[in-house]
Amino acid sequence: MTLLHRLTGAPPGMSPRALMLRVSAIGALLAGTAGAFAAAGGWLSPGALTPARIVDRFEQVNGPHPGFRRNHAKGLCVAGAFAGNGAGVALSKSGVFAAGRVTPVEGRVALAGGQPYAADAGTTVRSLALRFRLPDREEWRTGLNALPVFPVRTPEAFYEQLLAAKPDPATGRPDPERMKAFFAAHPESAKAASLIKARTITAGFADSTFRSLNAFRFVAADGRATPVRWAFVPERPAVQEAAAQAARKDKNNLFDDLIAQLRQGPLRWHLVVMIGRAGDATADATLPWPSDRESVDVGTLTLSDATPEEAGNCRDVNFDPLVLPDGIAPSDDPLLSARSAAYARSFTRRAGEETSPSAVAATADRGDAL
Amino acid sequence: MTHSTHFDRPARLLHWSMALLILAMLFIGVAMVTSLADYGTLVALHRPLGLLILLLAVLRLANRWHRPPPPLPADLPPWQRRAAHASHVALYGLMLAMPLIGWAMLSAARIPVVVVGPLVLPPILPQSPMLYARLRELHTVLAYGLFSLILAHLGAALLHGLIRQDGVLSSMAPWRSRRSVGNS
Repeated sequence: MTLLHRLTGAPPGMSPRALMLRVSAIGALLAGTAGAFAAAGGWLSPGALTPARIVDRFEQVNGPHPGFRRNHAKGLCVAGAFAGNGAGVALSKSGVFAAGRVTPVEGRVALAGGQPYAADAGTTVRSLALRFRLPDREEWRTGLNALPVFPVRTPEAFYEQLLAAKPDPATGRPDPERMKAFFAAHPESAKAASLIKARTITAGFADSTFRSLNAFRFVAADGRATPVRWAFVPERPAVQEAAAQAARKDKNNLFDDLIAQLRQGPLRWHLVVMIGRAGDATADATLPWPSDRESVDVGTLTLSDATPEEAGNCRDVNFDPLVLPDGIAPSDDPLLSARSAAYARSFTRRAGEETSPSAVAATADRGDAL
Repeated sequence: MTHSTHFDRPARLLHWSMALLILAMLFIGVAMVTSLADYGTLVALHRPLGLLILLLAVLRLANRWHRPPPPLPADLPPWQRRAAHASHVALYGLMLAMPLIGWAMLSAARIPVVVVGPLVLPPILPQSPMLYARLRELHTVLAYGLFSLILAHLGAALLHGLIRQDGVLSSMAPWRSRRSVGNS
């Protein structure tokens, strides 16, 4: 009887050699399982890009702003409803498209970037995030940008671009050399950047067209899937941003204008679904689809209310683009999963932080006093 | 009343199917939180699997209630007996707690708990971002705890089977040994 026999409770008849072998085999199996777990959790690939590292980079570039979204940090809550017109029923089985069906919608207009107190600027990308509340707890959440295409194709490029575009403290602008190096490494982003630069910048949120940019799939009742991209196209005629307006000193002029416009009456956008054909890029959001693709107007979004961000409203909603109702499915665009992952990480961090009032809240109060 | 030396067939079936599901779930979970490319797919798997594990765990507890497990070997040292008891309480506790915490944290975050297709579970907590953040943290800590427990459980089972050879491992074996066929 060895000590190992006593410790393990092995029968005295088992030879020390056999016992050692069995103990080692058990140890190896446990170590192997733990190792596989560590590999699955990414511990063995410390260089890999993770959701946490993307959110870290936002914090690195923008500085700490506890409680705020790490991107699209400055925003305002909006509310309204979506009315389907029935034209989408052939494409998607989701009830949201049924003729005459009215779905309550809450949303958030925001400016891209991680600075919650930045002054509004015409060139800052405007965004609209929506949460459609369908019957039986189904939801459709979608994050849209007033851009013709997305600036990057992959999460890795997004991560690189964040740093390349970080304003140089000396000039307040991105280092041109860094941007040049980034575009050289990502020619698809260089092309997208020229399309984005050439876009028409409208007067405000109310006359902006907001696009999904990523492709999705509409799944019909018979199971047929159609690649789509969608856009919310304003009823209000687009007015090019006036030079005088661009020079306005009011830090929150874009949000102020929207609040004032909503006081005068509701604003409407048409949900226009662009139908992709075989060969159209679904996994590359930097590429526009040919302009002759069929587009279907499937319903009208009416926004009627604006409220400053506060506990329990749009502030506490993660506009995860993969929260989809039955009848809308993700495409093979790698940005969709990456956005969902990074949004979840950003949401988890800010949910656990003390919050400060939104910059736009103060504006809304001032608006009331006028 | 005589005690069987084996877990009954439903118990064995539940044990091995849940072993597979829970291990898969832990691997999906740990991979999901660091993955960008597969996050969406893994989350979509994680939720229905969690619900399935919760349902099976309830079924399993009920089965265990009706058919108590075979006794441990009489010669097992008391500290090992206590460790076996405590680890099983913890395993059952976590089997139930992990899916419930997952469901609760998504409820607090007002993230729809989509099971499959149009089926969405109702929220079981009021909306509270801070509560979500705490539960989310707890979900991670307990997942590592569960994985460690499973490793300990696996190690102990193999120790019983390969070294002590006291019938504890074969009492849960998915196959029926010649000895047990003779006994029944």
